[in-house]
Amino acid sequence: MAMLSFERKYRVRGGTLIGGDLFDFWAGPFYVGFFGVTTAFFTLVGTAMILWGAASGPTWNLWQISIAPPDLSYGLRFAPMMQGGLWQIITVCALGAFVSWALREVEIARKLGMGLHVPVAFGFAIFAYFTLQVIRPVLMGAWGHAFPYGIYSHLDWVSNVAYQYLHFHYNPAHMIAVTLFFATVLALSMHGGLVLSATNPKKGEVVKTPEHEDTFFRDVIGYSVGTLGIHRLGLFLALAAVWFAALCIVISGPFWTRGWPEWWSWWLNMPIWGH
Amino acid sequence: MTEYQNLFTMVQPTGPASAGIALPKGDSERIGTPWFWHLAGRLGNAQIGPIYLGGLGLASLVFGTLAFNIIGFNMLAMVDWNPLQLVRQLFWLALEPPPPSFGLSIPPLNQGGWWLITGFLLTISILLWWTRIYRRARQLGLGTHVAWAFAAAIWLFLVCGFFRPVLMGSWSEAVPFGIFPHLDWVSALSLRYGNLFYNPFHALSIVFLYGSVLLFAMHGATILAVSRYGGEREIEQIVDRGTASERAALFWRWTMGFNATMESVHRWAWWFAVLCPLVGGIGILLTGTVVDNWYLWSVKHHVVPSYPAVFPVVVDPALLGVKP
Repeated sequence: MAMLSFERKYRVRGGTLIGGDLFDFWAGPFYVGFFGVTTAFFTLVGTAMILWGAASGPTWNLWQISIAPPDLSYGLRFAPMMQGGLWQIITVCALGAFVSWALREVEIARKLGMGLHVPVAFGFAIFAYFTLQVIRPVLMGAWGHAFPYGIYSHLDWVSNVAYQYLHFHYNPAHMIAVTLFFATVLALSMHGGLVLSATNPKKGEVVKTPEHEDTFFRDVIGYSVGTLGIHRLGLFLALAAVWFAALCIVISGPFWTRGWPEWWSWWLNMPIWGH
Repeated sequence: MTEYQNLFTMVQPTGPASAGIALPKGDSERIGTPWFWHLAGRLGNAQIGPIYLGGLGLASLVFGTLAFNIIGFNMLAMVDWNPLQLVRQLFWLALEPPPPSFGLSIPPLNQGGWWLITGFLLTISILLWWTRIYRRARQLGLGTHVAWAFAAAIWLFLVCGFFRPVLMGSWSEAVPFGIFPHLDWVSALSLRYGNLFYNPFHALSIVFLYGSVLLFAMHGATILAVSRYGGEREIEQIVDRGTASERAALFWRWTMGFNATMESVHRWAWWFAVLCPLVGGIGILLTGTVVDNWYLWSVKHHVVPSYPAVFPVVVDPALLGVKP
C-alpha cells in the first residue's frame, strides 16, 4: 500500500458531493470518488481522440502532432470528424476532465477538513481555458478562432493571432497580465528563498524563526507581509495574472479589432493636453 | 460552503511594533519609526518599517536615483522640457542605446552616451543591492537563498543589456530604457531571429514562468486552506510536522498521487522561479550569437515542419552589402 506513515488515520469516509459511499475509496495513493471516475472517463476519451487524430495526421513527431479546430466556414456548427469534429470532442472532454478534477479536489478538501482555495484557484485556470476555446470563438462566431492542440502549433496560433493585432505587447490587459506573471515569479522566489534561508542557515547556526524572516524583509525593503500574508499575496497575484491573461485575449477580436498600438490614441488625444 | 476561508484578516489586534532581531556588532541602526497601516493589515502584517539603510543600501539608492534621473531628464529634453508632454508621451519615450555604427565604442552623450552611463550606474546600483541582500541575510544568521535567486534575475538583465551586446559587438543590440520602446525591442528581436517562440530556451523559460504561477497558486491556496490548523507557520511545520502539513501533503497525494513536504515545496518554488530567468537568459544569449534564425534551426532539428512558401523569396539586405 502506498500509504504515508501518518496517512491511515486521515483515510475516513464522507465528504463526497455525489454518489455517497459508492466511489469513496482509494486506488494506490489516488482518491477515486465519483469525480475520479468522470475524470478518468473524459481523459481516456479525450486522449483516444488525440491519438486517433494523430494516427490520421501526417506525422507521429511529438512536437508536430496537431489537432486543429474546424475551418472558419463551419462557424459554430458541428464539423465532420476529421475536419475539426475531433477537436470539438477533445474540447468537451478537456472541460469535462478539468471540471471533474476540480470537483474531486472539493471532495478531497472536505474529507481533510480543508478550505476550498485549491479548487477555486484551479477554477481560474479552467475559466481561462474556457475563455480561449469557447467564449471568444462564440463571440467571434466560429470555432476556428480557437487554438489547435499541438505543441508547436499552439505557439504558431499565439504568434499569428498576436500579429493580427499588429503588436500584442501594446494590449493594456496583456501588459497587466505579464506584469502580474513576473511579479508572481518574483514573489515566489522571495518566499521560497526566505523559508529555505530560515530553515537552512549558515553551517552551525540554529534554524531561524518567522521573526527573523520579518526582520530580513523589513531591513531590506521596509515591509514584511508576514507568513500568512505571503500566501494570500501569492495566490492573489497568480489568480490575477490568469484573470488578466483571459481578459487580454477575449477583448482582442470581440471588442477591439485594430492594432493594439492604435488603442492608445485615446490617451494622446485627451483634451487635457492643450492644443 | 459558507465557511470562513481566511482570505482577509477580519480582526486586527494591535500592540507595540516589532523592532526586529537585534543587529550584530558593526551594523548601523535601523531607521524610521514603525507605524501601522490598517489596509496592509487586512492582507498581511500591518507594520511598516523600520528599514535598514547602511552603506550598501545608501550607495545603491544613490546610483539607482542617478540612473532614474538621467532617464527622466533625457525624456524631458526630448519633449522640449514640457512636463505636461512628458506625462502625455511617457510610455512612448525612451533613452535609446547608440546606433549600430558606434559598435562597442563610447558614443557622444546625445547619441547613446547617456544610455551607456545609465546602464553602468543602474548595474552598479543593482549589484550593490544584491550585496546588501546577501549581507542582510548573513548578519541575521540566515541562508543566502534570496540573494542567489536575485542573482538569476540579474543574469537575465546583464545578458540583455551587456553580455549579448558585447558578443554581438554593438551596444545598439541592447534594450532601451522606456515602456513601449522596450516592448518594441522584444518584438524586433523575436522577428529578426525567426520568432523567439521557436527558441527552445524561450519555451523552457515560459514553462517555468507559468509553472511558477501554477506553483504559487497551488502553494498559496494549500497553505490558506490549512491555515485553520496553523499551516502558515511553515518553519515550525518543517522542523516539527503537524496536522496542517499532513493534510496539505495528503491533499496533493490523493489528488495527483504525489506530494511535496513543507520544506520541499519551497525548493520547488525556488528552482522554478530561478530557472525562469536563468534559461531565458541562455536563450537570449544564443540569439544572434549562435543561432541566426530559430525557425530554421527548429526545422533543421525536426521540431517544426517547414511551412509552404507563400511569399516570394526575399533576399536578406545584409547579404547585398547594406549597412545598418
